[in-house]
Amino acid sequence: MSKAWRRKIISAIAEGFCAIAVLLALIPLAMILFYVVKQGFTSLNWAFFTQMPKPVGEAGGGMANAIVGTLILIAIAALLAVPIGCICGIHLAEYPTSKFSSIVRFAADVLNGVPSIVVGMFAYIIAVLPVKRFSAFAGGLALAVLMLPTVVRTTEELLRLVPAGLREGALALGATRTSAVFTVIVPAALPGILTGVLVALARVAGETAPLLFTAFGNRFWSISLRQPIASLTQQVYLYANSAYDDWHRQAWAGAFLLVMIILTLSIIARLSVRRLERMNRP
Amino acid sequence: MLTAIDMERFNAALAPSAAALESMNAKISVRDFDFFYGSAKVLHGITLDIPDRQVTALIGPSGCGKSTFIRSINRMNDIIPNARAKGTISIDGRAIYSSDTDVVSLRRRVGMVFQRSNPFPKSIYDNIAYGLRIGGMRNRRELNNVVERSLIRAALWDEVKDRLNESAFALSGGQQQRLCIARALAVDPEVLLMDEPASALDPIATTKIEELIWDLKVNYTIVIVTHNMQQAARVSDRTAFFMLGRLVEYADTKTIFMNPKEKMTEDYVTGRFG
Amino acid sequence: MRRSADDRVFRITTGMFAAIVLLLVIGIGFELWRQSMLSIDKFGFRFWTGRVWDPVSGEFGALPFIWGTLYSSFLALLLSTPIALGIAIYISELSPGMLRQPLAYLTELLAAIPSIVYGLWGVFVLTPIVRKLELLLPESLRRTPFFSGPPLGVGMGMAAIILSIMVIPFTSSVAREILKNVPIAQREAAYALGATRWEAIKVAIGFGKTGIIGAIMLGLGRALGETMAVTMVIGNNPQISPSLYAPQYTMAAVIANEFTEAADDLYLHALIEIGLLLFIITIFVNFISRFFIWTTKQRMERPA
Ligand SMILES: Nc1ncnc2c1ncn2[C@@H]1O[C@H](COP(=O)(O)OP(=O)(O)OP(=O)(O)O)[C@@H](O)[C@H]1O
Ligand SMILES: [Mg+2]
Repeated sequence: MSKAWRRKIISAIAEGFCAIAVLLALIPLAMILFYVVKQGFTSLNWAFFTQMPKPVGEAGGGMANAIVGTLILIAIAALLAVPIGCICGIHLAEYPTSKFSSIVRFAADVLNGVPSIVVGMFAYIIAVLPVKRFSAFAGGLALAVLMLPTVVRTTEELLRLVPAGLREGALALGATRTSAVFTVIVPAALPGILTGVLVALARVAGETAPLLFTAFGNRFWSISLRQPIASLTQQVYLYANSAYDDWHRQAWAGAFLLVMIILTLSIIARLSVRRLERMNRP
Repeated sequence: MLTAIDMERFNAALAPSAAALESMNAKISVRDFDFFYGSAKVLHGITLDIPDRQVTALIGPSGCGKSTFIRSINRMNDIIPNARAKGTISIDGRAIYSSDTDVVSLRRRVGMVFQRSNPFPKSIYDNIAYGLRIGGMRNRRELNNVVERSLIRAALWDEVKDRLNESAFALSGGQQQRLCIARALAVDPEVLLMDEPASALDPIATTKIEELIWDLKVNYTIVIVTHNMQQAARVSDRTAFFMLGRLVEYADTKTIFMNPKEKMTEDYVTGRFG
Repeated sequence: MRRSADDRVFRITTGMFAAIVLLLVIGIGFELWRQSMLSIDKFGFRFWTGRVWDPVSGEFGALPFIWGTLYSSFLALLLSTPIALGIAIYISELSPGMLRQPLAYLTELLAAIPSIVYGLWGVFVLTPIVRKLELLLPESLRRTPFFSGPPLGVGMGMAAIILSIMVIPFTSSVAREILKNVPIAQREAAYALGATRWEAIKVAIGFGKTGIIGAIMLGLGRALGETMAVTMVIGNNPQISPSLYAPQYTMAAVIANEFTEAADDLYLHALIEIGLLLFIITIFVNFISRFFIWTTKQRMERPA
């Protein structure tokens, strides 16, 4: 066999391996989605959305409190993280080359890499230890810290996509920097920033570890910020570890709901980012 | 190199009577103006007077500093890091680079239209009202009046009066540029700076802009950068020819095109280089 | 140039919000350190080398957890790296243009699925499958230390599989971006010398090598801190063993399982000290990873 032939065959084999690698990654994805839909969708029923969990071992009941709990937790997270993250992102986009900006940008990247369970510990130390009580607030705080870096970096990136001409246009009309930023530049990027926030929210809605010892979970109905609160993810964890078929069924239903929320939000985000890019092209 | 005084003599010598007359009612006077991007000096000792309520065209080969100069008149260059100006520019006798100048109010007096039209992603109405609103005007009726007046002055009213609430992006390129002119007019400036306002437009839209400039000079002092010799000849009263960051010649447009004193100017306007 | 007063106010106000992000990172490190003092003072270095974890007698040694975290992450990278790089190469170099976007989107979807869902799927779907595979393994291999012990399904091997699936999207998306940015001239030069497609790809990989190592380390950072899915499938047994069949434990998993049970302060501080170590390791890994990716991008922005 000639040398050239050998090289060609090696090339073909390597290329084949790459294609197989894609399949290898798509198989678990397909399997997960398949099982989540198969086991989860069939387990969804009206009671799942409207009823409270039943006592240990009893069949039936639902996750009403956990669904509401997750909504409350991500609302707290958004309230804390969105204003801070957006203004921080504005600062980074407005002063992209300053030393301070590069330090903050680096800090955001570091924060993004901190394991969520460690962030949960931090929230425990500053929001649970001093008052000696698990609370919805502590859980929301942990989620806020987790979503903050995403909000910061998306805001910065999207603001940088805004054409420089808009800023010049505003300044030439006698706008101050503050009004140019808040009346022209931010509104121009707003749809994108909102979808970025949605994606970040979807991500933290799927978090479990940081809630274990902050929000803690709650078998009962509670919407108080100062009390422990249930969440979908923690309820799924609890039920998955149980020995009851009916709870396993509900765990799948909870997983289905989570995945649906996340997929929907990420598809919306994808479509609107594409629209934004089209709009910003000349 | 020519000193400022030489330069003035030089200018005076070029077009004696007209220049002397106009320097008396100069709206903008520039003296020994240098400009630097970091350590690169891109404008060298510019000295000239821009007359009130006339159209002054800036011409010259690419990269000669026309944009830098025109953006110095409303201090748009302030936003560029490490950029630095030296010398004076005064408007109505007040130096705009002095430390007590309020840049924001300067820019309200000196409007600007850019090469690439830059409407905000808002409705047509909100684009025009923008400058007034950030200035604090809230009265709806007054806003309506100004929006209408500005659009009429920019010769756009008839085309858009029925769709003021539509996105400005729905307009054609030429309409967008006239919208930007209307937006600049709405804050009632005294001076209008235009950096190649028609270079991205087709011939028909260009003609409209040129007609508009002709009409506007009754009320405004206009400075326009253009690459198009015919355009400079058509719309301007005075023309300044820049090269390599220096003002080579500045005179009546007719003089510049028919009877320039400098060989370089003649070569440029007759298209021998540039 | 001159800055107006408005500009200064704007800069300082927004800067204060930006400083919050910075303070958070410092604050996390500081609080974790402060709340693990008891354990740091009492055990010192022994904490990292001790193998006994006995809350009842107040003896805390974290070595089995550190082992479990490092070993599971190492195994996960062993599995995920070739696959992630294969995906990156396929999408950026080989796939038909039409498939590029959808494939990129699908593989990145793996990153969007919550850890708890991976755990649920691992426990109920993958464990039985892995157990069958474990049973099929030839007896000769079962006698090596890497596969000793009863085939339970749950254990180190299972954790490594789940982890590898979870880190693939992180590594592949960064590697893909790096390959995309390798100057065309690099590849053209290779083709011009008569290279095959694969040889040209190797040139591109060589050019972005540092960045690709960065991409792999980014995945490592994820694997080290991953909690829920691992906790659900690794078996939670603190032992140091090379066996993929053995139930073991990780740092994140012990925190997840025991944190709310920590009755006394020493116990709590010992757990927080584990968190502190996890924090330091992941910062270190992420730092190196970002640095590699950053220098590579820097190099590629300059015309080659
Ligand atoms: N932001 C900047 N930083 C550094 N140098 C710049 C900057 N803007 C312009 N320059 C340089 O200053 C010189 C003058 O540029 P300017 O844009 O004023 O030229 P111009 O006459 O408007 O050219 P054109 O006709 O192409 O628009 C050029 O050499 C250019 O490279
Ligand atoms: Mg220019």
